[in-house]
Amino acid sequence: MISFDRRLRWPLALAVIAAAVFAGTAGAGATARSGFPVTLKAADGVVTIPNRPARIVSLSPAATQDLFADGAGKQVVAVDSYSTYPKGVPVTSLNGYSPNVEAIAKYRPDLVVVYVDNDDIVGHLETLHIPVLLEPAATNLSGAYQQIEQLGEATGHAGAAASVVAGMKHKISSIVASVPRPPKPLSVYAEVGTDPYYSVTSATFIGQIISLFGLRNVADRAGGTYTSLSSEYIVASDPDLIILADTVCCGQTPATLLARPGWKTISAVRTGSVLAVNDSIASQWGPTIVEFVADIADAVKKLEASSK
Amino acid sequence: MADLRERPTSGTLRRCPGCAAEFDCGGGDPGCWCESIVLPRETLAELRSIADDCLCETCLASFAARGRLQSGAGGGASGEVRIGGRHSAKAIPHDAVRARGVPPLWGIGAVVFLVGSLLFALTVGPISIGAWSIAQSALAHLPLLHVRSPLGAPDEAIVWQIRAPSIVLAALVGGMLAIAGCGYQGVFRNPLADPYFLGVAAGAGLGATLVIVYASSGGDSSELLPFAAFAGAIVGVAAAYLLGRSVGSHAGTGALILAGVSVAAFMTAVQTFVQQQHTQTLAGVYSWLLGGFASADWQQVVLVAPYIAFSAAVLLLHRRVLDVLALGDEEAASLGVDVRRTRLVIVVAATLGTAAAVAVSGLIGFVGIIVPHTIRLLVSSSYRALVPLSLLLGAGFLVLANVVATTIMSPQELPIGVVTAFLGAPFFAVVLRRTRGSGA
Repeated sequence: MISFDRRLRWPLALAVIAAAVFAGTAGAGATARSGFPVTLKAADGVVTIPNRPARIVSLSPAATQDLFADGAGKQVVAVDSYSTYPKGVPVTSLNGYSPNVEAIAKYRPDLVVVYVDNDDIVGHLETLHIPVLLEPAATNLSGAYQQIEQLGEATGHAGAAASVVAGMKHKISSIVASVPRPPKPLSVYAEVGTDPYYSVTSATFIGQIISLFGLRNVADRAGGTYTSLSSEYIVASDPDLIILADTVCCGQTPATLLARPGWKTISAVRTGSVLAVNDSIASQWGPTIVEFVADIADAVKKLEASSK
Repeated sequence: MADLRERPTSGTLRRCPGCAAEFDCGGGDPGCWCESIVLPRETLAELRSIADDCLCETCLASFAARGRLQSGAGGGASGEVRIGGRHSAKAIPHDAVRARGVPPLWGIGAVVFLVGSLLFALTVGPISIGAWSIAQSALAHLPLLHVRSPLGAPDEAIVWQIRAPSIVLAALVGGMLAIAGCGYQGVFRNPLADPYFLGVAAGAGLGATLVIVYASSGGDSSELLPFAAFAGAIVGVAAAYLLGRSVGSHAGTGALILAGVSVAAFMTAVQTFVQQQHTQTLAGVYSWLLGGFASADWQQVVLVAPYIAFSAAVLLLHRRVLDVLALGDEEAASLGVDVRRTRLVIVVAATLGTAAAVAVSGLIGFVGIIVPHTIRLLVSSSYRALVPLSLLLGAGFLVLANVVATTIMSPQELPIGVVTAFLGAPFFAVVLRRTRGSGA
């Protein structure tokens, strides 16, 4: 045993304690900055996250995007099988639509993010004292921004989240500004399903993105949100631009549009103004929205150039 | 025995082949006086082998008395005799005698109904195009007549590329489902039989799900879909048939029905499992299952028309045999019908046509069971009338249902199964109440 001078005992003890305290707080990245424990108001009520999560399980593709964009990627241990963006995320066979609480608990998570409360997953996780955030599908852009910010707060990256949102807002507004508005609004048909043909009105998330460009959505006459449209109606409304968001679920391409009876007469099909996007790009309400906005901008610019 | 004059008239005046007296004949239809006379089954069989036409009440009563003498205490007061049990039955003439074919008025009415609904559906749709313009456009398609179509290219496409094929397809499918329902009801002597008996629906659903989930790209998927659904339906029925046959020939139709139920349950379970593994395709599969003619084109019409035509022809040719089968396996066999072979032929024909219909239109319920029953209540239960009328009225019904599905919430398109149930169920309830109320 090392012999200390009795007079050094207390200062040494204090130094050890101070070092321990510093070590403890340094890892938390200065508790004052991240503010743990943090209390958030999510769709599943008030959720308290006691410490900075280090083992996050994301069962929501949009939330996966948000988490990695916020800089919390290193804290994520598992994502569901449909989380396709960004590349390199730890994909597992977990399913956010039919969640299995035991399979989730196997990862010993300290935060779980879901987009739908099926099979009472929120209740089960609360019983296991695992904080769970229910972040349902955003219905507009501000809802999507709020989720990015909330997930940033929940993971100790509030600052980074704020700059992600600011960056997205800036990019989107500059993309939209770069597309000139024609004197007469162009009409658009956005397809999300076939047999019968399903479209989205301006009251939906996709519809809101489309309306950023001042395009007239042919589905609006049907009212509601996700609505079926008869083939006759689509042909008669003769949209100038068609956006196919069912390329993955239903295998639709510009070629299959040509094969549909009577669709050859539609302006968009005749002029080739068909934008085919990956279903996920159009429907996930995360940072990939910007890519979707850019795709639409390109399509509209091309359409306007060709009609001159 | 009550005086004949006290009874309400139940039919036409005819001459009795037994005693040459004139009597009031109701043809054995609900309400006829002969329903109140009950004979032991042996006596009835004997009577039917002797008489090939309706007898007057006196002759029938004397036959009944003879029957009671022969069977000893088996008769007694009519209150003790169980009607339709193993021992006795109503003395109505069997359907092969009673059947008079399609009543002419009904026949003409059915044809008029079908033609009328086809024309109506051509002129009415989500997009309103004038009937006269459509007529001119139709004439423009005929050679030699130098008529020019007043419609622009989009309207032409709407009427002849979208509307017309979906109308024709709806007629083909509706007629096929109704006639197949008739066939199954006759073969299984089960009023609840519909064309999706024996696993047609489950098999087609499984085939469609597998294609939607596993086919790589759009072109493959939509081209393969009808074939996969068709193949699935055939496999389903074949499996049910083989399973039912393996039980043995004495089990009769009961084994076949149970086999169908188990095959259907298994295939539905597999389909549900596959769907759950690929939840992103749930909406696509569900839409297909609900059925509809949203993407009907002439190619599909050409694809299924031969199967449906063949199937309908076979069923029409077998309509008299269906009447005989309705008597029971033993009685039909004693009248010279090869029961097993006939059953096989009818099931194969009905299944082939149903599988083709399902392949292009999904699973449209209700038509196959309600149309035959409605005709039974309104016209006659004889298959000689039922089969052709089901074909015509089933076709017209589905055509009209399609008009409702596309126009009632325009520009939305409703699933047609919902429309057939909404239209069919109340109508059937009304018919049921009317005829039950006025019957015996």
